[in-house]
Amino acid sequence: MTIEITNITKRFGDFVALDNVSLEIPDGDLTALLGPSGGGKSTLLRVIAGLETPDDGSVAFSGEDATGLPPQRRNVGFVFQHYAAFKHMSVARNVAFGLEIRKRPKAEIERRVKELLELVHLEAFAHRRPSQLSGGQRQRMALARALAVEPRVLLLDEPFGALDAQVRKELRVWLRRLHDEIHVTTVFVTHDQEEAMDVADRIVVIANGRVEQIGSPDDLYEHPANDFVMSFLGPVTSLNGQLVRPHDIELLAGPEPGSAHATVVRVVRLGFETRVELLVDGSDVWVQTTKETADRLGIDAGCTIHVRPAADAIRPGQRQPSPLASPVAVG
Amino acid sequence: MATLYLSVLVLIPLGAVVWRSREDGWSAFWSDVTTPEAWSTIKLTVLASLGVAAINVVMGTLIAWVLVRDSFPGQRIVEVLIDLPFALPTIVAGLVLIALYGPDSPVGVSLAYSRPGVVLALLFVTLPFVVRTVQPVLLELDVEMEEAAASLGASRFTTFRRIILPNLVPAILAGAGLSFARAMSEYGSTVLISGNIPFRTQVSSVHIYNQIENDNTTGAAAVATLLLIVSLVVLFGINLIERWAVNRD
Amino acid sequence: MTRYLLRFVALFYLAFLLVIPVGVVFRRTFANGFGVFWDSITTPEAVHAFKVTLIVALVAVALNTVFGVSVSLLLVRRNFRGKRVLNLLIDLPLAISPVVVGLALILVYGRLTPVGEWFGNRGIDILYAIPAMVMATAFVSLPLVVRELVPVLEEIGTDQEQAASTLGASAFQTFRRITLPAIRWALVYGIILTFARSLGEFGAIAVVSGRIRNETQTLTLLVHERYTNFDQEGAYAISFTLAFIAIVSMVVLTTVRPKER
Repeated sequence: MTIEITNITKRFGDFVALDNVSLEIPDGDLTALLGPSGGGKSTLLRVIAGLETPDDGSVAFSGEDATGLPPQRRNVGFVFQHYAAFKHMSVARNVAFGLEIRKRPKAEIERRVKELLELVHLEAFAHRRPSQLSGGQRQRMALARALAVEPRVLLLDEPFGALDAQVRKELRVWLRRLHDEIHVTTVFVTHDQEEAMDVADRIVVIANGRVEQIGSPDDLYEHPANDFVMSFLGPVTSLNGQLVRPHDIELLAGPEPGSAHATVVRVVRLGFETRVELLVDGSDVWVQTTKETADRLGIDAGCTIHVRPAADAIRPGQRQPSPLASPVAVG
Repeated sequence: MATLYLSVLVLIPLGAVVWRSREDGWSAFWSDVTTPEAWSTIKLTVLASLGVAAINVVMGTLIAWVLVRDSFPGQRIVEVLIDLPFALPTIVAGLVLIALYGPDSPVGVSLAYSRPGVVLALLFVTLPFVVRTVQPVLLELDVEMEEAAASLGASRFTTFRRIILPNLVPAILAGAGLSFARAMSEYGSTVLISGNIPFRTQVSSVHIYNQIENDNTTGAAAVATLLLIVSLVVLFGINLIERWAVNRD
Repeated sequence: MTRYLLRFVALFYLAFLLVIPVGVVFRRTFANGFGVFWDSITTPEAVHAFKVTLIVALVAVALNTVFGVSVSLLLVRRNFRGKRVLNLLIDLPLAISPVVVGLALILVYGRLTPVGEWFGNRGIDILYAIPAMVMATAFVSLPLVVRELVPVLEEIGTDQEQAASTLGASAFQTFRRITLPAIRWALVYGIILTFARSLGEFGAIAVVSGRIRNETQTLTLLVHERYTNFDQEGAYAISFTLAFIAIVSMVVLTTVRPKER
């Protein structure tokens, strides 16, 4: 099931949450909507689900227009950041809810619930209340509940945002594996670029109500369309007014063509990697290099060194050749 | 020091009521309570209070819903108005009702000297109870639960029935319990509109008053003790429900 | 749509139960002009009833404030056996018929009881006099201050008070400078509630006061007397005054409330 989003605009009073956004999400993909808080990604997800009505534009599923349909009739599964568990029902009843609404026979419901609980490893908790589960378990229950009705699209709104760092990482991996098994078109919203890079097939970067760039994690990292995307995904530092990745800066013992004069402020050794903080023309710059390089050059606080961007350094704005990227339709 | 105040004011006097009621023995207690007049007032009081509690369950929840989920001009005034029965002296409440629904009614309706009149007075004084217990729960209710139900295919009505209502039940019951207790003990507002016709519109508190005036303090104490016991049971029940609700979260 | 239906039903119910009846009273009160109204509420017995009501209410409020503050502190800051029982006892007055309250006081403090006799021999009347009326009023409004203070005290916690004591403040100083300001608005709210309740008490007062005109008659008793003596206009006049005070206190309460919620 592909999702076609065309010219969606949504305003809340004077605030424009989505500004003429168009994009297409391919069937079976795991797509991340990535961006800073307040940028519009959650709003877009909710528009797809029918939980918000756009002021303009349309939403279609594999060509079928769904813009006028209420959420009940769109057959999308939705998972919320704070679980939205039905706290007065047991875990099993929660998962069964969608099936009960559709008046499936009791035996079928029982079978399906059991299947799903096994899928998310919550069989032992079938008769507990959500309040007796941990955050991670509740989210797995929410996922099982959404999948129970075999939705054509699965939408997740910052699904791991309320969980501890450790649980977040575990569930991230688990979501990827689940998707590989089930192949439902999945869209999830996150502000965590590491999460998006780790899990998604494609990333859509959204900020200020507009799509900044669309591509695979590699595409976005190596060929960022602009300064914003470059600094949002991956470390950056500024050298001579240009954004450059810290690991793309060469450290040189003496002046070379294109290099700049720098004073070392601090050297931090982090195991294999060494981080060197410098002052170049009064601005702070930091460089990521190997222990070996740092030792070879004998760098220490206070000494002088020369730096320049590597020849093949990543730069914003270089058009990527990848055919997957759909043209960015900006306002 | 607080205990002294409490005892002087509450414990000892109440204890005295219970004590006095059994003064002439258990069988005397029973006969005091079952005189035709006493018994009819008890029946009327209990039945009317139950009826009023039931009506309040429906209307109170409805009003709370409208106040929380709807918005219309003048809403803030309505919000404040709900508390009026709390602040108004009961005798004034009685007068207010008789002005519109009594013998000189401008709309020609007369509920005076009738049982519906008693029910009306009780509805007036118990209006805020269910509304005020349900409102905070509605305000705190997780909207996302309703959105989740919608995404799973539930209609508005099904969502209300299966998701919202079950979460409101403890609050509704607590409010109903308070309504019941209040209605059982109401005096001032019923005194005027009911006309206090024995065997027809007389409530227990009026009966107790009459017994006191006739120096039959033992009889009065007997009925009072019965009412006291019922109230205690109800309060205890409310307490249990509230604790069960807290444990569930 | 359902929304409009619900709104209509709710407003209709409220209009016919609450708003229109009150409106009718307002209209009836001034049906013959303001002058008649004024005369009605300034008769000697009306003025006296007003004084009696005020004295009883103020004393009851004072007593319940002191009690309310101490018990709230006790309930929130200390743990002891029987705490739940204490809680239940404090809520008890809400569920008891005011007539029963009156009966209870008669049985303990009446002229023929040991206590009543002891006081009587020293020339102090409890029953059918101000003291019993104060006690009755205090009884029925007992929980109001406590129920306002307890949630606030629980919410603000003990941190500030502990900080004050580490800085050398005595218990009383801590109370006066730290606790009291923090509970100030909740306390005001509770006091106004208690005052409004005390002004409006009828049933218990009817039993213990003896309804002696110009001596132990309160405004609420006066309303009843006038109505049953077919002086409807006079009854409406006093009722209007009481209702007016009630509505004013409600408005004041609504303005005070948001400050601490």
